[in-house]
Amino acid sequence: MSAEVGVKDGVALNAAGPRWWKNESAEGLWRNLGLVGVLLALFAIGAVIRPDLYSDFDWVTNNMMVILTQAAAIGVVTVGMTFVIIGGGIDLSVGALIALSGVWATTVATQSFGPAGMIFTAIAVGVGAGLVNGLLVAYGRLVPFIATLAMLVAARGLAAAISGKQTQVSGDQFINSIAKERVLGVPVLVIILLVVAGLGWVLLNRTTFGRRTIAIGGNAEAARLAGINVRGHTMLLYALSGLCCGIAAIMLTSLATSSQAAAAELYELDAIAAAIIGGTLLSGGRGTIVGSLFGVIVFSAITNLFAIANLPTEVQNMVKGAIIVVAVLIQQVRFSSVTQFARRHGLSRPKAGTPQQT
Amino acid sequence: MTKHIPDASRRRLLFGGTALAAGALLTACTSNEAEPNAAQTKGADTANPNAAAGKAVTIGFSAPAADHGWIAAITNNAKAQAGAYSDVTFKQVEAGKDAAAQRAALETLIAEKPDVIVLLPHDGKELNAFGLKAMEAGIPVVNLDRAFPDALAYRLQIKGDNYGMGVAAGHYIGKALKAKGVAAPVIGEIAGMDELELTQERSAGFKAALATYGFSVTNRRAARFTADSGQKEGQNLLQALPKIDAIWNHDDDQGIGVLAAISAANRSEFFMVGGAGSKKAIEDIAADNTVLKATVTYSPSMASSAISLARLIGQGKGMSDLVELQVPKEIILASETITKENASTYLKLGF
Repeated sequence: MSAEVGVKDGVALNAAGPRWWKNESAEGLWRNLGLVGVLLALFAIGAVIRPDLYSDFDWVTNNMMVILTQAAAIGVVTVGMTFVIIGGGIDLSVGALIALSGVWATTVATQSFGPAGMIFTAIAVGVGAGLVNGLLVAYGRLVPFIATLAMLVAARGLAAAISGKQTQVSGDQFINSIAKERVLGVPVLVIILLVVAGLGWVLLNRTTFGRRTIAIGGNAEAARLAGINVRGHTMLLYALSGLCCGIAAIMLTSLATSSQAAAAELYELDAIAAAIIGGTLLSGGRGTIVGSLFGVIVFSAITNLFAIANLPTEVQNMVKGAIIVVAVLIQQVRFSSVTQFARRHGLSRPKAGTPQQT
Repeated sequence: MTKHIPDASRRRLLFGGTALAAGALLTACTSNEAEPNAAQTKGADTANPNAAAGKAVTIGFSAPAADHGWIAAITNNAKAQAGAYSDVTFKQVEAGKDAAAQRAALETLIAEKPDVIVLLPHDGKELNAFGLKAMEAGIPVVNLDRAFPDALAYRLQIKGDNYGMGVAAGHYIGKALKAKGVAAPVIGEIAGMDELELTQERSAGFKAALATYGFSVTNRRAARFTADSGQKEGQNLLQALPKIDAIWNHDDDQGIGVLAAISAANRSEFFMVGGAGSKKAIEDIAADNTVLKATVTYSPSMASSAISLARLIGQGKGMSDLVELQVPKEIILASETITKENASTYLKLGF
């Protein structure tokens, strides 16, 4: 669906020559509109399959809140992930850091300090582990993929050691109530997501920190020559991702009223995929918070629709895979001209007199 | 990405080492190790002639190190049960992360010539050859839970009954709904990891048992045996089914999340049956203040029984209640249904 729209746009844009809607910020807008289109399509499919449910306004409103609630924890993580990817890195350890932060925050010892102690612990552990990632990447000169992969394994191991492989139940009423409470009909978890995303947007688009992140991701050497402290900044990016993991750990602990070493399984892949279908370039230097949020919500809406239509999970994963591929294909078509794309794949021949590209 | 500099290796070592040291330090500071449940083992039973100290037996033991409460309970129980016998020496080898690692670890165990080996394999099919080899070397193998396909590969097989678990849950739900007089019930199922054979067996048993009452599953979701995945699938299931009569959730650990989703949605028009028999679930059933009304067991106490039987095999004795002079070749534990009425009896078996 979005593929069709996107490709058509691409053709139209390039045929018509440079226009205002072809500039960078407009491109993000087009992409987000495409994702909104996907969401509408998912809604329409649901309405066709289960008209009994979708005709009930209260149910529909509540279902939207459910979709957003399920997008909340992974959404917070994706905000951090977006920063890391824009800055030219990758963080594979986010799921493991959520598990580690969550497990640490729910040990009997930590729970005895009350909700403030639990929240502080989760965030401190997340930031701490993020800083270790950052140190290894920025100063230890490890490739981000390797450093955070090592952290993924180590953090899950540490979480298993701390929890004794048990599921740790949170007995704290305040923590457990976070996921249940609503303010003006909006779940608190969704509000947390909106606040984190809002702060992330401001940080990325309205501060020097954001500009430096984009500059480093675009060309680290140029950024360094321009006087940016690339190492220090890179380290902060991973700490930021760790901070988001700590916040997400509390959100997930609250939802599940417990935590365990195997929690937040494959969140790293969900977060990376959401950022990418939201238009963040995996090579860095480009990306938006809003796009990433839409990416997360699309995945959450798919899971929800599959449950409502009673379709098996394996099909759901295949659809998610297909959406990632389509989104990246659109990205390719948009970032080069359509004719170049076609030529590269042997779909059209260059006109006589045009130098052949190799 | 980052530019590499020539003298990076020393730095890498330095930072890697620091990170490792920090991790080790942290582990040392915090520990929440689960106590082995004393009641899940068989203590001194003076009335039983088999309990008296006999020939010294060395038992080798290996189980995977999965991040799941059930496997943790298996290892803890085995250790605790072995500790309860003065004539048993317990030799545990680390199973590592996969079948190949476990095979390598077991090779070293054979070389040490224990009297009996108790083994919960990563995968029964992949470790079948090891069972054969140990048996040929004259070491009896007790195969715990994950079956070897080859009958020559073990002296005793003791395992839980996944299909039977589904059947037990299906019968409980079927009977309860028949008693209520519900004609076309809405039944939800929250399965565990769908790629595992055990999940498919559980679902097949559930389906078959429900069919005897003329019922079927309305909506089935597969979670990941974790509380957060249980919460997610549970929440979606509740959305898909505005009115539910009964839910079977395969695993009590993920059930913590399912119950959280149910309580957050303020739903209580149905009842739920759990699976495995965790301590928390049994306590919830006894307290009777949630929708969880029953759970069907798949108890890790089987590890304690496996050690007891391995000892008898090592000593050449039979089970004293049976006529036979040797331990039987196969024991499949019945999946028992825990309800409010018998919860107090089963609480000691909760893990």
